[in-house]
Amino acid sequence: MYIRGSYDVVVIGAGHAGCEAALASARMGSRTLIITINLDSIALMPCNPAVGGPAKGHLVREIDALGGEMAINTDATRIQARMLNTGKGPAVHALRAQSDKKAYQNRMKKILENQENLDVVQAVVDKIVVENGVVHGVLTEMGALFEATTVVVATGTYLQGRIILGDLAYTGGPNGQRAATKLSDSLLKNGIELVRFKTGTPARIDSKSVDFSKMLIQPGDEEPVNFSFLSPEGKTPQLPCWLTYTNENTHAVIRSNLHRSPLYTGQIQGTGPRYCPSIEDKVVRFPDKLSHQLFIEPEGWDTTEMYVQGMSTSLPEDVQLAFLRTIAGLEQVKIMRPGYAIEYDCVIPTQLKLSLETKAVRGLFTAGQANGTSGYEEAAAQGLIAGINASLYTKGKNPLILSRSDAYIGVLIDDLIIKGTNEPYRMMTSRAEYRLLLRQDNADLRLTQKGYDVGLVSRERYEKFALKREMIEQELTRLKDLMIGPSKDILDRLSNMGTAELRSGASLAELLRRNDVTYSLLQRNFPDFPELPRDVVEQVEIDVKYEGYIKKQAQQVERFNKLEQKMIPLALDYAAIKGLSREAQQKLTKIKPASLGQAARISGVSPADISILMIYIEQARRQEGSI
Amino acid sequence: MFINDTIAAISTPLGEGGIGIIRISGKDALGVASEIVRIKSLKSLCDTRSHTVYYGGAYDLPLDEKIDEVLIIFMQSPRSYTAEDVVEIHCHGGIIPIRRIYELTIRAGARPAEPGEFTKRAFLNGRIDLAQAEAVIDLIRAKTDAGSRAALNQLEGKLSSQIKSVRGDLLEMIAFAEAAIDFPEEEIEEMTAVQIAKRVKANMVVLKDLINTASSGKVLREGLHTVIIGKPNVGKSSLLNALLRENRAIVTDIPGTTRDIIEEYINVRGIPLKIVDTAGVRETEDIIEKIGVEKARELFKKADLVLMMLDMSRTLSSDDRKLLKELADKPCIILLNKADLPVLLDEQEIRDIMPEKLLLRISVTKNEGINLLEEQIVGMVFQGEVISNEGAIVTNVRHQHAIQLAYDSLQDALQTIEAVMPLDCIVVDLRASWEALGQIAGDTLGEDIIDQIFATFCIGK
Repeated sequence: MYIRGSYDVVVIGAGHAGCEAALASARMGSRTLIITINLDSIALMPCNPAVGGPAKGHLVREIDALGGEMAINTDATRIQARMLNTGKGPAVHALRAQSDKKAYQNRMKKILENQENLDVVQAVVDKIVVENGVVHGVLTEMGALFEATTVVVATGTYLQGRIILGDLAYTGGPNGQRAATKLSDSLLKNGIELVRFKTGTPARIDSKSVDFSKMLIQPGDEEPVNFSFLSPEGKTPQLPCWLTYTNENTHAVIRSNLHRSPLYTGQIQGTGPRYCPSIEDKVVRFPDKLSHQLFIEPEGWDTTEMYVQGMSTSLPEDVQLAFLRTIAGLEQVKIMRPGYAIEYDCVIPTQLKLSLETKAVRGLFTAGQANGTSGYEEAAAQGLIAGINASLYTKGKNPLILSRSDAYIGVLIDDLIIKGTNEPYRMMTSRAEYRLLLRQDNADLRLTQKGYDVGLVSRERYEKFALKREMIEQELTRLKDLMIGPSKDILDRLSNMGTAELRSGASLAELLRRNDVTYSLLQRNFPDFPELPRDVVEQVEIDVKYEGYIKKQAQQVERFNKLEQKMIPLALDYAAIKGLSREAQQKLTKIKPASLGQAARISGVSPADISILMIYIEQARRQEGSI
Repeated sequence: MFINDTIAAISTPLGEGGIGIIRISGKDALGVASEIVRIKSLKSLCDTRSHTVYYGGAYDLPLDEKIDEVLIIFMQSPRSYTAEDVVEIHCHGGIIPIRRIYELTIRAGARPAEPGEFTKRAFLNGRIDLAQAEAVIDLIRAKTDAGSRAALNQLEGKLSSQIKSVRGDLLEMIAFAEAAIDFPEEEIEEMTAVQIAKRVKANMVVLKDLINTASSGKVLREGLHTVIIGKPNVGKSSLLNALLRENRAIVTDIPGTTRDIIEEYINVRGIPLKIVDTAGVRETEDIIEKIGVEKARELFKKADLVLMMLDMSRTLSSDDRKLLKELADKPCIILLNKADLPVLLDEQEIRDIMPEKLLLRISVTKNEGINLLEEQIVGMVFQGEVISNEGAIVTNVRHQHAIQLAYDSLQDALQTIEAVMPLDCIVVDLRASWEALGQIAGDTLGEDIIDQIFATFCIGK
């Protein structure tokens, strides 16, 4: 063993969580090291080539608003972008982009390498060094000790990774990587419990062997939108995706080979995600569905590899080829890499604090897929928060905690820490109670100030944001103050706009609230409108049109905060509280919620339990007062 | 502090029953009781076996005065209602012995229980969950058979099951909408606004019914505050007697209130009518002449129901007209008595004054129309619905409030749909409604929606 270096923050893993963690901490001025098992696998996208979508796109915008890298990196390497859900309301508009996978990796690697305060190293970490419950560093398989004040574990699917493909099974990480075989033991020894999860990916096929004429083209948006509030607007060249369907022949092939599926032979022990089922799982669980849709997605400009979205599988290679060839357009298909399942250890996230620091070891943080989530975006979001908080920890500052009413990131972390998860956790808009407030369009307005306050958001970003915020406020005030009456002139303008006439006075804001009136329509028909950037107009329009609903949610947040602010003493002995259900007692003891609001969100803790807690705490308070 | 002390209370409604029960709960329950009760067969009360009935006497010992014969039951912790040591002293139902024994328990060191405190302790000690606790409180307060039935139904989860079915339907709609939002590229059939509106309306009907029964829940607990007014000799006392003849009546001297006010509880088909009159009214009758229109107005201002009696054999007086106008916005039934005599009263004139009020021809002396009157009263309480054993009646203010919130949110959802707002706004209202109802069933929120989505749709990349 030799001491190879000394850092404020050491990040284990350079996937989407690790990269954000390392960049955040380095940008906040902490001396940071990022260790990866393979330098060529930085920011690897081992599954689909896409970033974003409903709720995930929200996360990416939030990462950006706080000063993270994922959004900028995606915009810079984009091969297609689509805004989904445009007809379903502003809160659920969802941006999704396809990225050139290799370009994504290369750019991120370059950003890491050129980041001040950040060292990048290839090594396999075997051990986390802990003394008296405080983290001291990490030890590599080569016997190198990196001393550290904080360590962020962002090991993705590498902990005891095991690849399963038909009857073939071997130890390894995704895409032919090594697995981290010893780190799990080190975590266990430090009192951190692990759980085994599973996920999977479909085959990659050669585009030269695909007959696209039998598929439906899925082009990107005419006017692609960026994830980052900083990326320059404008069109970039795009590649289309393609839509095709499975059929009864496909299902017949799968059914007749189920006995060879590791899912059913018992080879796979880990719990897989419900939202990302393998094709064999779909066929078995929904036998009445005669066809499932597939998207064939390009993996980059410089490769013929294509991703078969909807076909995740761990059936043997020959079966994969057989069922793919039953599909329209894939009759002659050639597989370049087969699909596979991967099992891995992850940390049971209820052992963490909201800062993502473990309760068991001071200074040890965990983030990303290693915390039981799935998805690049969920990983990056946690990495960012873990990196920020690791850096704040070294400076002796309070952690950055986002609440459920601040951000999807807050929902994500709160869910993980308070409720835990029994499958790889995916972010969904339906998990966010206050989503009319947590829109992807206003992520900067919600979070950039916070990112600036912790020292992560750059001056440049902050100034741009502050200007935008001011323009929105000014225009809103102007529209609300500007009154018009039913004069001849005004009525002419209204009829010109094709909207109903006015009977009495109204503000321009009230006019804008109408279904058939848009900001640009007002702008064309009324004088003295300022020329405002697109994102400012968007905010003004949403703010006015959805004012009633936004207010309603703001009131809900206020009520939510009341219970959230009722603090529970950390030393509370739940076993001594009579009347709590056994389940509640166990879970509360384990999770130790900081507030009644958190306690109420723990599954198995009923409102009756909360009332008891409330009465008990009140009682304890009174008793103390009377002594 | 408050968990360890011993509390006592009168557990039976004053004056209503043949026996009265004083309940003592807490560590010193037996000690308190031993200051009052003597049992011949036992040297000390501390020798009593748990859950066994003993016969004895209650004494005011300093005076060496026997107050009443009593039965006493000791229920040792935790096998009691509160899970604490509990002693029940059963005495005769008269107000005087009950109150004296109760006062003696306080003198012996017990603290008067706060309203609902027994249940609160039962709740704190883990004997009952929240939904039950509230129903138990209502059970204690229920003054009539129908009230008890409603409270019992709530205990058995009848209300819960109705609420659950509405919630289930809301959840399904939410899951459809959420699945379409979270998985826009999957082949999920989208619900149209028209379909959502239709289902929202159907659920509103169910909730409205529950809200309607809620107002009757209060009546079941507290009695229907009823005032009978009319001229001398119109037949008020005969009506009262007719109602009394058929129904159990309890006359209670409520301590602490004006001495000459008498509350009469008449149990009409399970609905307690609390008939409030000045003491003399039954004999001297003429409330209008005696106390004037002003006073009469004051009297019926607080009433839930006014029974206005008119004599069909006489013409309408100016006082009658004044009173009728006063009653315009009051729930009331106009009783046209003496329908068996030659008619001088102009019924049309009354209908002109109060077109929306119910007019009933009755003859108290011939016992005609009394049944009809009773039916109308029950009908007004349940707003046309007949109470049955199966009915879910909301007897609890908190539940009533939650149902109202849920209803209002559905109303909002309809408005949102009408305003052509997008799906995510509609979902906000649906979720608000679903969550309001969740407060009653006591479900934790969380994964329900997501579970529903994955159970219903085949989703995934």
